[in-house]
Amino acid sequence: MSILITPETRVLVQGITGEFGGRHAKLSLDYGTQIVAGVTPGKGGQFFEHGSIKVPIFNTVAEAAKATGATVSAIFVPPPFAADAILECVDAGLDLAVAITEGIPIRDMVRVKRAMAGSKTRLVGPNCPGLVCPGSGEDSHGGCRIGIAPGYINKKGHVGVVSRSGTLTYEAVYQLTVKGIGQSTTVGIGGDPVNGTSHLDVIKMFAADPDTWGFILIGEIGGNAEAEAARWIKANCKKPVAGFIAGATAPAGRRMGHAGAIVGGAEDTAAAKIKVFQECGIEVAATPSDMADALIRAAQKLGVKLA
Amino acid sequence: MNIHEFQAKALFERFGIAVPRGVPAKSVTEFASAVQTLGDGPCVVKAQIHAGGRGKGSFIDGYKGGVKLTKSPAEAIEVARHMLGNTLVTVQTGPVGRKVNTIYFTEAVAIKKEYYLAILLDRGSSRPVIIASTEGGVEIEKVAHETPEKITKVFVDPAVGLQSFQTRQVAFGLGFRGDEFKSACKLIEALYRCWWELDCSMVEINPLITTGDGRVLALDAKVSFDDNALFRHPEVVALRDLNEEDPKEVEASKYNLSYIALDGNIACLVNGAGLAMSTMDIIKHYGGNPANFLDVGGSASKDQVAAAFKIILSDKNVKGILVNIFGGIMDCNVIATGIVAAAKETALSMPLVVRLEGNNAAAGKQTLADSGLQLTTATSMADAAEKIVKLVS
Repeated sequence: MSILITPETRVLVQGITGEFGGRHAKLSLDYGTQIVAGVTPGKGGQFFEHGSIKVPIFNTVAEAAKATGATVSAIFVPPPFAADAILECVDAGLDLAVAITEGIPIRDMVRVKRAMAGSKTRLVGPNCPGLVCPGSGEDSHGGCRIGIAPGYINKKGHVGVVSRSGTLTYEAVYQLTVKGIGQSTTVGIGGDPVNGTSHLDVIKMFAADPDTWGFILIGEIGGNAEAEAARWIKANCKKPVAGFIAGATAPAGRRMGHAGAIVGGAEDTAAAKIKVFQECGIEVAATPSDMADALIRAAQKLGVKLA
Repeated sequence: MNIHEFQAKALFERFGIAVPRGVPAKSVTEFASAVQTLGDGPCVVKAQIHAGGRGKGSFIDGYKGGVKLTKSPAEAIEVARHMLGNTLVTVQTGPVGRKVNTIYFTEAVAIKKEYYLAILLDRGSSRPVIIASTEGGVEIEKVAHETPEKITKVFVDPAVGLQSFQTRQVAFGLGFRGDEFKSACKLIEALYRCWWELDCSMVEINPLITTGDGRVLALDAKVSFDDNALFRHPEVVALRDLNEEDPKEVEASKYNLSYIALDGNIACLVNGAGLAMSTMDIIKHYGGNPANFLDVGGSASKDQVAAAFKIILSDKNVKGILVNIFGGIMDCNVIATGIVAAAKETALSMPLVVRLEGNNAAAGKQTLADSGLQLTTATSMADAAEKIVKLVS
């Protein structure tokens, strides 16, 4: 198994007729993902075509879900309209909304997060690369790819990866795959200060998933989500865990690309987070090149297999 | 995005937040009329830059203090003449300081007591939080560390907005009574409206003061905005002061590149914010010093790569370049072609280390090999960082 999604998950794409959404819908189809519907208000009844595949387009998420059985949405809607797109998924009762959109106003996300409290829909993102659950075909073909991550670098297996950053996730996945260690699920939770799913939410799922044997927790400066996750791991999780924190050299008060990546106080520096990781028994990767090796060290210490 | 104190106070007034009377002036010829509107008595002269610690700062010519109380209009004009066009160095500006292009003259008000009041996002709860303290005029971080009991925090539910009982919690928490209590409540409500309606990332009043006659005033004002929300506030965008920003960062933003200048000598060009941050870290890990943060984004074009090269080369401290690309979806060969074009166009003569991995990486590496350029390729981030650090030392 995996967490949140499986290769059988039926996915709809909001913004499938846009340049960005369309490009990635095609890449997901090429990967073998069940992209079963598109949603673009006003274009209902048309089709999104890719080779011989014709994906029906609907005016609303509710219609798309009802007609196709889609339970997950990949959101590629531009920032001014993204909050509305997320709430439409909640209204339609989807299991999961994955917001890829970068640049959503923080106030919009504050309202969305409050409005989602108590609903059955989980949000991953925004400003995230999405999720990958590798398939069993060549280059992990046949998996579920939701978002913008490269599918081919994955390998089906038993390691989880959770990160705020897209390219750092790819870096970790690639290191694992090259070493012959496959992944159960990789989750990019996004670089914004207000997001739907936290590090802690994801590691709780990894800890509970019998098919995930160990995982890599990638964090960065800003906020205290990584420390919160680390403390939970110490108290509750016996699986091998490796951690990396980006931004050790970032100057205080400057936003490093991600809206959330900013050092505000003493608690959200890289050094403070690394210290908490060490105190919580997480094997710290000294450099980003060391992420897969750190997990291997953690597994060896516990005498656990990763593949 | 940040704005100046005089701009922040103009916004405050629009929302009904009481501030001392004040007039900005951008040239010496405006000084006399500006001071005149404040009357004959004492007034305060404030240098306008986007950095804190102005009062304790000093100018590069040795003149002390970016905020000064003066006794007469003549003295105010004299002080302002020293400040305008001069460069102010504070704890927040770094040694280079900032040039003062605007002077703000304000009435001098008698201060009975100083307080602290701010609104920002609480990341833990994903809600706005009002932070208030009876210890005004000092750094709030210091108060939080040494006397946390002197800080009142109130979290606002975005579904219903700020409630009256919460406003009272803050005002009573600051010890206000009588007329001051009423004034404080009005100000707190107005400040929250300002934060919410203008998509601020932070509003801070330090100090908030009482004057002894029932008034509660914002003596200073610091306002910053959520960059993601600027598209719906053209009136806020109009307040942007490009003089306060690094010209290289302004240039980068034109090409949708995220660039931040640092003080090292190894320039980096990376795709993705997380990877860009950790590229800086790994340079430091191997004993080098990064010259910048530069994220070209997930779908960089050849033109963006060329623009990025020119921007990093305009930093005179740069002695070498590290390109670190993990092309998940982006075509590594497009990046390689961009690098070759930019290196040739700029007649690059310093060490260049390139690490290309991911989509179409083999073709990209071939393009680099065939280019005839003097460059070093690397197999991993660690390998790349080690090589560039050796080459520049």
